[in-house]
Amino acid sequence: MAFLELAGISKQFGTTVAVAEYDLAIEQGAFVSFLGPSGCGKTTTLRMIAGFEQPTTGTIRLDGRDITRQPTNRRNMGVVFQSYALFPNMTVAQNIAFGLQLRKVSRQDRARRVAELLALIGLPEMGGRYPHQLSGGQQQRVALARALAIAPQVLLLDEPLSALDAKIRVSLRNEIRTIQRKLGITTIYVTHDQEEALSLSDRVVVMNAGRVEQVGTPLEIYNTPQTAFVAAFVGTLNVLHATVHDPAAGSVMVAERELTGITAVRTKQRGDAVTITVRPEAIAITSADAANHLRVTVEEVTFLGAIIRVRVRACGQALSFDMLNRPGIVLPTIAESLALAIPGDACIVVEPAAGEIRMPSLATQVQAAAPVG
Amino acid sequence: MRRRLWSWVWLAVGAMYFVIPLGATLQFSLQAKRGEMGFTAYRAAFASPRFVESFGFSLRVAAATILASVLLIVPTAYWVQLRLPRLRPLIEFCTLLPFVVPAVVLVFGLIRSYNRTPLTNSSEGLAVLLVGSYVVLSLPYMYRSVDNGLRAINVATLTEAAQSLGAGWGMILRAVIFPNVFVAILSGAFVTFAIVMGEFTIAFLLAQPGFGPYMNQVSSSKVYEPSALAVVSFALTWASIALLQIVGRRVSGPRLSGGGR
Repeated sequence: MAFLELAGISKQFGTTVAVAEYDLAIEQGAFVSFLGPSGCGKTTTLRMIAGFEQPTTGTIRLDGRDITRQPTNRRNMGVVFQSYALFPNMTVAQNIAFGLQLRKVSRQDRARRVAELLALIGLPEMGGRYPHQLSGGQQQRVALARALAIAPQVLLLDEPLSALDAKIRVSLRNEIRTIQRKLGITTIYVTHDQEEALSLSDRVVVMNAGRVEQVGTPLEIYNTPQTAFVAAFVGTLNVLHATVHDPAAGSVMVAERELTGITAVRTKQRGDAVTITVRPEAIAITSADAANHLRVTVEEVTFLGAIIRVRVRACGQALSFDMLNRPGIVLPTIAESLALAIPGDACIVVEPAAGEIRMPSLATQVQAAAPVG
Repeated sequence: MRRRLWSWVWLAVGAMYFVIPLGATLQFSLQAKRGEMGFTAYRAAFASPRFVESFGFSLRVAAATILASVLLIVPTAYWVQLRLPRLRPLIEFCTLLPFVVPAVVLVFGLIRSYNRTPLTNSSEGLAVLLVGSYVVLSLPYMYRSVDNGLRAINVATLTEAAQSLGAGWGMILRAVIFPNVFVAILSGAFVTFAIVMGEFTIAFLLAQPGFGPYMNQVSSSKVYEPSALAVVSFALTWASIALLQIVGRRVSGPRLSGGGR
């Protein structure tokens, strides 16, 4: 049985449906991320787990117990907020000890636990400081220590790194993961940053418009997106509109060019319109006589450091592909004509989810919504 | 340069509006003995048992008023901000009513409403009624002050953080909300103190031995003592304001000014 189970959870605010028919089972010790754009219901779901909001329907079970109607202060869940939410009137040590004090832990044990946690978050000398005397990153570390002090059954993190600058975000997220692994604590992490979700999680729940789009490992989410939304939201993606030519051979026509080896179209009928997606890193320059290629014209070359992203136009459709920045690399020039290999096994045929997702206009390249941190 | 000069001129005119009457009162209060300046009037005023009695009474009433309004207003303002933000305009309107309703109307309304109850048929009851009226009088200052204090902190998130750590409502108010709006409470408390110490109408109409009615009574029978008491009353108000500044600066410091370094 799952450690934390959400069954048929929904939440309505007036006539607005924030979360609908949400089912999720989380194993003990897992690190699960809720990923999605603003307003997708990820924070509302987290708040229902924490007990800050009551679900309109459904049940939440923790370790076999129904906690749906249990008040927050009896749930034993640690929460870390985006805005740190440290008590300004208390020192760092008093903040960390607050939950222990409420649990009537003796003064000596409290002091010992506070010292342990301060060491864990790498701020052993900061116990006597007030929150306003710490940097944002330090405050969030203290908030994490405060949440961990009560030995919660579940740790809930609501966009904990969003208020921090890029460098600290990366180092702190690695620290969070290290601490989580060390303590083996079941963790739910809400973020709109796909890089955070993919790099931290055992499993990612991609959400959109109050619904779960896909649940899977970061690799599954990135490599085999199940809906058009997931494909578009996670990573950078090329979208091609094509027509099925020969289902048995997995071949489709993109304008006048034939692409083969796309196994997912085998279930389709000849003449069906399909949406095919392919990651920029899967496309490569090839020779003009190679199979499975598109003739393209270079429109823009963008230097991104380790990689060079090239935007091209093929049969009226825009595409991007990446080149690794190796020594001696020859960059394509604007208006140059190239042949690009589109491997059939890298093409994903996506389905719009429940009619809610509209693919972007004809053959557009869809950029990830979140900045790379 | 010319503009600057005029600024100073207008400031001086404005200051004279306050300073001249006050200076005159002070000077007059020091002239109780013919031909010399001294504190005779002050000594006489302070030596009167009625002074000690009325001053002590007003002090106790002020303390009770502050306590009652803090206990009433902090949880109310907190709850309005946390759960009923839509009611804020209505609550703000109610808190401003004491500015519109004259004290005389208020006191007759109270007497009519509580007539033939323990609140009007004993002196203790009347003192409670007096405290109640002062709580109403101080509402605009206390509520606004506390409400501003609460707006300066993230009430909703701090509450949720405390709840997640296991705190109930009582503990949240006591350990998180009260300490973080302490400066705001102090600010409201000093203004309340100043109002109560000098209030005349309500105390007089409820026949309570307050400092205001005592000053009024003295002014009808003495010459120099009323001026001395007026100066004392002003000094008290100014001391309250000065304390407010000092304590506010020391307690809040940079703490409420923000997060990062």
